[in-house]
Formats: sequence, structure tokens, C-alpha cells
Amino acid sequence: MKTSITRLAGACALGATLAAGSVPVAQAATELTMYYPVAVGGPLTSIVDGLVADFEKSHPDIKVNAIYAGNYNDARIKALAALKAGDPAQLSVMFAIDIYELIEQDAIFAFDDIVETDEERAWLEAFYPALMGNGITQGKTWGIPFQRSTIVMYYNKDAFRDAGLDPEKPPATWDELVSMGKTLVKKDASGNVERWGAMIPSTGYPYWMFGALTMQNGQVLMNGSGNETYFDSPAVVEALEYWHALGSEHGVMPSGTIEWGTLRQNFLEGKTAIMWHSTGNLTAVKDNAKFDFGVAMLPASKRRGTPTGGGNFYIFKQTTPAERKAAMTLIRWMTEPERTAEWSIKTGYLGVRPDAYETPALQQYVKEFPAAAVARDQLEFATAELSTYQTGRVRKLLDDAIQSVLTGAKAPAEALGAAQSQADRLLKRYR
Amino acid sequence: MHGRSIRTHVYGWLLLTPAAILLVAFTHYPTVATLAQSFFTTGTATRPSKYVGLENYELMLGDEVFWKVVDNNLWYALGTIPASIAIAILMALWVNARLPGRGLARMAYFTPTVLPMIAVANIWLFFYTPEIGLIDQVASVFGIPGHNWLGDPDTVLGCIIVMTIWKEAGFFMIFYLAALQSLSPELQEAAHIEGASRWYFFRRVTFPLLMPTTLFVLINAVVNSFKLVDHLFILTKGGPDNASSLLLYYIYEVAFSFFDESYAATLTVVLLAVLALISIGQFLLLDKRVHYR
Amino acid sequence: MTSTSPLERVSHWETAGAWLLALLWVLPLLYAFWSAFHPPEYATRFDLLAPLSLENFRTAWSQAPFARYYLNTFMLVTSVLAAQFVLCTLAAFAFARFEFVGRDLAFGLVLVQLMIMPEVLIVENYTTMSRLGLVDTITAVGLPYMASAFGIFLLRQTFKTIPKELEEAARVEGCSLLQILWKVYIPLARPTYVAYGLVSVSYHWNNFLWPLVITNSVETRPLTVGLAIFGAPESGVNWSVVTAATLLAVAPLLVAFLLFQRQFVQSFMHAGVK
Repeated sequence: MKTSITRLAGACALGATLAAGSVPVAQAATELTMYYPVAVGGPLTSIVDGLVADFEKSHPDIKVNAIYAGNYNDARIKALAALKAGDPAQLSVMFAIDIYELIEQDAIFAFDDIVETDEERAWLEAFYPALMGNGITQGKTWGIPFQRSTIVMYYNKDAFRDAGLDPEKPPATWDELVSMGKTLVKKDASGNVERWGAMIPSTGYPYWMFGALTMQNGQVLMNGSGNETYFDSPAVVEALEYWHALGSEHGVMPSGTIEWGTLRQNFLEGKTAIMWHSTGNLTAVKDNAKFDFGVAMLPASKRRGTPTGGGNFYIFKQTTPAERKAAMTLIRWMTEPERTAEWSIKTGYLGVRPDAYETPALQQYVKEFPAAAVARDQLEFATAELSTYQTGRVRKLLDDAIQSVLTGAKAPAEALGAAQSQADRLLKRYR
Repeated sequence: MHGRSIRTHVYGWLLLTPAAILLVAFTHYPTVATLAQSFFTTGTATRPSKYVGLENYELMLGDEVFWKVVDNNLWYALGTIPASIAIAILMALWVNARLPGRGLARMAYFTPTVLPMIAVANIWLFFYTPEIGLIDQVASVFGIPGHNWLGDPDTVLGCIIVMTIWKEAGFFMIFYLAALQSLSPELQEAAHIEGASRWYFFRRVTFPLLMPTTLFVLINAVVNSFKLVDHLFILTKGGPDNASSLLLYYIYEVAFSFFDESYAATLTVVLLAVLALISIGQFLLLDKRVHYR
Repeated sequence: MTSTSPLERVSHWETAGAWLLALLWVLPLLYAFWSAFHPPEYATRFDLLAPLSLENFRTAWSQAPFARYYLNTFMLVTSVLAAQFVLCTLAAFAFARFEFVGRDLAFGLVLVQLMIMPEVLIVENYTTMSRLGLVDTITAVGLPYMASAFGIFLLRQTFKTIPKELEEAARVEGCSLLQILWKVYIPLARPTYVAYGLVSVSYHWNNFLWPLVITNSVETRPLTVGLAIFGAPESGVNWSVVTAATLLAVAPLLVAFLLFQRQFVQSFMHAGVK
């Protein structure tokens, strides 16, 4: 009996050793959890799921759990909450401007601290510089571009023809916007406006639209360290005066605020000949416009200008080295030229690196649909989106100032001066 | 009725305990904790929270947006409470009388109550949209120029108030309906015999008898005027320039958009103080004017 | 049921006024039906000959996980109601039938919740949930409401009206306290339970602010939050789809209301009169 048990035990031990020896040295699959937001309408979740499935096929040792988190606000809240609850994601796509909040919460790594090979270092340089603006601070890269956009000018070519203007020559300067805008305004018999010349939305994300106007006037809104704003600089005040004058003085836009959420509908219904909006609306406009429409770069004052928008990849600090490596692999794969081209065609977001536009897929797409290239071409003139420490509060200060001027409650210099001093008070401690 | 033995006390408290735990955890404790939190700063990973005494309150008193929000809330209360109560009484009188189609009318009046405010807000957004929205379309039929209802700081609060009245009146109607149906018909017959007009009858008889209901509805309406902010999320987000922001909405913004929990706690203390004042007022008023069982 | 005397005749003007008001009151709902059942071109154009379409519903259904939202809302509402029935019954029984030390003070403290509702305390309650590890769970959405001051108040009133003889009789038969509660008090308070139930379901189906704050993901979000997120994308409002989604979200309550109108109204009346 004893012998049998000993034999059995011996056999088991031998078996176990053999089994252990024959198991491949590679560990069980690394699991990654990733949150991502959807900010434009459309079946984005299925596109992301498709990309993830492709990735897992070619990387069987990494398993990715991509969770749709809602809009940008939701995604940030979700990621930070999971962090606090001790059940964090390893990486996420979040608003590009969340960078300072994430740094303040000590939540993310700088990519410079994680890249190991020269190849990876080169990869950091592969993106459009304009898109890196919101991802770089303190000399390091914290966010990698993924779903990015700019503002573009949509215009109704039929309305242009109707007003006697050349439909292939949209306004290229601030003065042209005023003069052509006035021509495009159509009134009915009793003097009520049937169609406005242009509309720039001032609810929702007024600071974003304003970032375009100020860049066109040659001024950025904040510095690269997130602790200083320039709301009361003369060029900024001038930009706000221009915006206000479009409505109150020139009658090109309705006076007061213009609703973000209903702007596209207004454009599609022909209530305005020109609208400034995100490239993210391109597909929706293309599918629903019953008229001939065009897409152009925003007009210049001292120069062309637009802020960038959208979401970046971030890697969280609460990760093991193996998870970090896996996350890097995923991010690099997602931002390969072919992939980012595929993403751009399917969603309307920008291709985030120049060589994406060299791929056959995007070349073909741009040939068939030139409007898709406008945002890319505008990148040359793009600047970072407004982002600082305490970014929510600082943005709201600017939003309120803009709205108070557009509704005629305050003068531009006064409103922006107040906003600047309050922003200063908030940001002083970060200097 | 149970003799006051030890068992009575023990059983009484035992039965109460489950509910008590939850009530303390989510009503009484947070109230005290909010007060405590308002004396500290908000902590972040790189800058821990520290005690600052009344500094948050000083900041609040100097906060332009805070005063705007309080001002708005007072107008909001003033705009919604009398109007929704008056319309509710009118609805109840109509539905209670021999109005043809009163079943349908009652259903129509009560419908807003079963619909979530957030769901209907999008529809009201359409009503208020300039040019292509319903109100402007109807106005243009009559040749009246349209208006940027939600974008004009002078009209936006009014628009929010109108939507709230629409939501509330039907709900209050029900309470008045119940009260009207408990009134004795002889009073009305007697008044008719005396030759009293319907308005006179309402003013001198019905309305005074509805006082208890009115007081109950009034308290409800006042509390709601601080609680009902759902529609702001869709219609205006507090804009333009905080012209339609209300205290609870500002609290949400500060806590969950700016992540400044301490300042949000400070604002909440103000809200709690107002609610406490109202309940004390209710307690005193109710005790004096009305006899409940 | 009604005490309309033959004297309460309504003039034609008043009838017209009442109907106009009724029409105005259902106008938002009428628009929702119009916009949801017609293609997007007709969202702002009221052409009576416009073709009907179910496309908006299909789009809405595919763009957001409404099935999951329904499930979440259903679970939320039933769990809250079940908990409220149990907790409030026990507490009301204590207040109604036991003279225990500190009873009046306790009752006063309970009534505080009538004024200071969980909505007002979102900041601190979020922190509490975070410490309990309950952020983004359906439990967390319902927990602050499960001990309802309103429910305790109503049931206490009702329990007080139940004749003591019935309790005595049950005692004589040898019933324990909980058995008395189960056999005597609860059955007799059925109308109150029905009334309160409808009020509670209505309230929690439509609740928005606290669920918005405490939920982050599809698995926990109720219909109201899902609808708000759905209706406010960064690119703009598409009324046809949004109203279709709205109708999907409110349909159950609306249908229930239309079918059980009398009961609904009676419940709210019953709940308020006391």
C-alpha cells in the first residue's frame, strides 16, 4: 500500500515537473482595460470593437477590454473614479485638455519616461506638431493623439450662387466674412431675416470657437505650462470685439448667443449660409444636406488659425511594467499609418500623422472627397485647445465672459479683464 | 397601548433601526459632514486638503456667480410657485365641475407629471429654438418676429420658469381635486340659494377651505423650486453667462465639473440653511393655522 | 365619488379655455410623436402629408443600449420599492404602535428627510458611496432613498387608523408581533401601499440628478441618464432620433398611465390628502 502511494506521489511529481517544463515561458495573456469616449454621433463603438478585435488577433498575448465611457466628461470621471476605487484602467482615451488635471492627480506617466528603444522615441516625433500641443508640457509628452479634430467652415454653395457670389471662393479673411456675410443675408418682405450670413456657436464650447478667432488674430490663449492665460491681451479683446460686431453691428449673425446643439440643423435647413463647426460633423452634413455645400479653412485676420480638439491616449501610473509594455504596444498599433487612416475614413476625425495621408486608402478617399482634406491642411495653422490647471473653472470664466459680451451685457475689454484677473487668482499657486 | 415596559422600548427601536441606519447615513450624516467639509480645502494628489476656517465662505460671498445664482433661484421660486398653484386650482375646479371631456382634460393636465423632465427638455428645446422652433414658427405666422429665447439673458429664466410651471401644475391639481371632492355639496347649494356668484363663492368659501391643501402644496412647491434643475442640463447648462443657473445646478457644476468638493460643500450649506428655514417656517405656520390629525 | 352638484355648470368660454389649456399641456408630447414618426426633414416642418417612418426608432435603439437601460431602470425601481416597503413598514409600525423613549424626537428627525432630500446632498453622498466602494452600482442609486420619510409618514397615518381590537384579537390567538404586523396591519393598509408604490415607481423612473452623479457606465445607467447623454452629443441635436429615444424611454410609464389613469390619480390623491 505504502509503495503504491509513494509510486503515485512520485508519478504525480514527475508529471507535474514535466508539465511545468513544457508550459511555454511566456506568461498568461496581459489584460488591459481601456476607457474611451464618443463625442460625435455614429456607431463609433462598433468601429472601436473592430479595431480591438484586429489587434487581439495579431497580438494573442494581450487581451483588451475597451469600455465605452460616454462623452469626454464621463470618460475622465470614470477613469479617475476607477483609479480611486483601486480598480484602474491601464490606459484610456480622454480629452486632450485633461492633461493638467491628470498630472495634478498624479495619475499618468509621461511617455518619455516609458519609451525604451530608439524606434519608440522616433515614434513620438511622428505626429503632426499641432496635435502634440495639448499633449506636451514640462518638456515631456503625456498624451498621444488619437481622435482629433479642428474647426472648419461649412458653407452653402447654393446660397452663394443665390446671392451672386462665387461658390468656389468662400471668405478668406475677416473682412470678406463681413462683406460676403452681409450679401448672403436674405430678408423677407416684412424685413425679417430668412437666412443669416454666418453663424458661430456661442453655447456649448464658446471658448473653443473663440480660440480660433484669437489665433487668427495672432494670439494664443495660454502658455505651455498650464499656469498662465492671456485673456486680456489686446489681440484677444479685438477678436471678441469682432465676434460681437458680426452680430450687433454688421447683422451677419443673429445678436445674442447661438446654440451649439441646433446649429447643424439650422445650417441644413438653410437658415444660415455659413457655419463654423467641428470636422466631426462632416459625415452628418454630407448625408443630410439637400444642397451643394463646401468646406473651407477658417478665414484669416493676421493669419489663419484654428484650435485642435478631441482626445488623446494616456497611460496610467497604476500599472505593472508588463501592462505598460502591452499598453504601449496597443497605442503604437492604434496609431500606425494604416490604422489611423482607417479610423479617419470611418469616423471623420483627422489622420493624426502625416504618413497616414500617404497611405493608399486615405489618398483615394481624399481624392473622392476633397472636403476631408481641409482639416488636415488647416493643421499648419492650428494651435492647442485652451488647457490649464483647474481647466474646468478657467474655461467657464472665459465662456461666461464671451457670453456676457455677445448678449450685450458687458464690453469686451471689461469682461475679458475680469476673466483674466480671476484666472490669475486661480493659477497663481501653480507658478 | 403596549405597556411601557422595557420590551416596548427595545422593540420600538429594533423596528426602527434598519430605516434609521439608512436615514442617518444618507441624510443626517451628510448634512453634518457637508458643514464640516466647508471648512477645508479640496485635496488633490499633489496638494492635500487643509483646514481654512471661514475662507470658503469669504470666497463665496465674493463670488459673482454665487449671487447671480441665488438671485435666479429667488426669481425662479417667485415665478413658479404662485403661477403653478393658481393654474392647479383652476384645473382642479374645471375638472371637478361638469366640464365636457373632463376625463381627457384631467389626463392631459396630469401627463407632465409622469414624464421625466430630462426627457421632455429636448422637446422644449425645440419649442424655444430660434427661427425653426415651434414658438418662432407660430410667431412668424402672425408676423411677429422671432426671438432667441434661450440665448437672451432677459428671457431665458422666464422660459425655464414656464417649463417648470407646465411640469408642476398638474401634480398640484391632484391635491386640490382631492380636497374639492371632500367639500360638502350643501355649501354650494346654500350659496346658490342665497344668490352668491361663483366667484364670490370661490373667494369666500372654497378657497379658505382649501387652505390646508394650499399650505401643503406651497411647501412642496418651494422645495421643488430648489430641487428641479434637470431641464438645465439640456436647455441651457446654466447659460448664457449664468443667466439661468440655479443653486443646485451650480453645486453640481462646482463638484463634478470643477472637482472642488469643498466649495461645493460651502454652497450646499447655504442650500441646507434655506431649506431648514423653510421647514421651521412651515412648522410654525402649520401649527397655528391648520389642524391636522 | 365626485360631488359635482347640478349647479356647477361651466360656461362655453370656460370650456374652450379648459380645452385650450389641455391642448397646450399635451403639446410637447404631441410634438414628440410627430417628430419621432416622421423622417428628419420633417422635424421642424409640419407638412400633414409627410410619410410616416419607424427609422428613427431603429436608429435610436441601435445608437444606445436602451435594452440595458430598461433593465437597469427596472432593477432600480423594483429594488427601491421592495426595500421601501420593508423598511418603511417596520419603522411606521414602531412609530404608530410603540411608545418608546425618544419616539417623538426620532419622528421629527425622520421628517427632516422630507425637506432635505438626497438630491441636495449629492456631494457628500458621492463621497460616502466612494468610501463604501459602491460608486457606479445600481444599489448606490437606490440606497439613499430606501428609507423614505414620506413612506414612513403615510404608513404611520394609516396604521394609526386601524382599530386596536383587531390587534387584540390576533394577540388572543397567540400571534407574535411580526405576525400581527403581517396578518392585521399590512393587509388593511393595502390602499396606502398601492398609492405609495405608484408614487415611488413614478418618482424613481424619472429621477435624474443623483443617478447622473453616481453612475458612470452602461451597466448601471438608468433611462433618464442614458437619454440625457444620448440627446447631448458634441455635434448637435437630431430631434427625430432624440424624440424617438425619448418616446422609447417614457413609453412604459405613459402606457401604464393611460391604462390605469384612475388608479394613478387616485394614488397621488390618496398620498397627498393625508
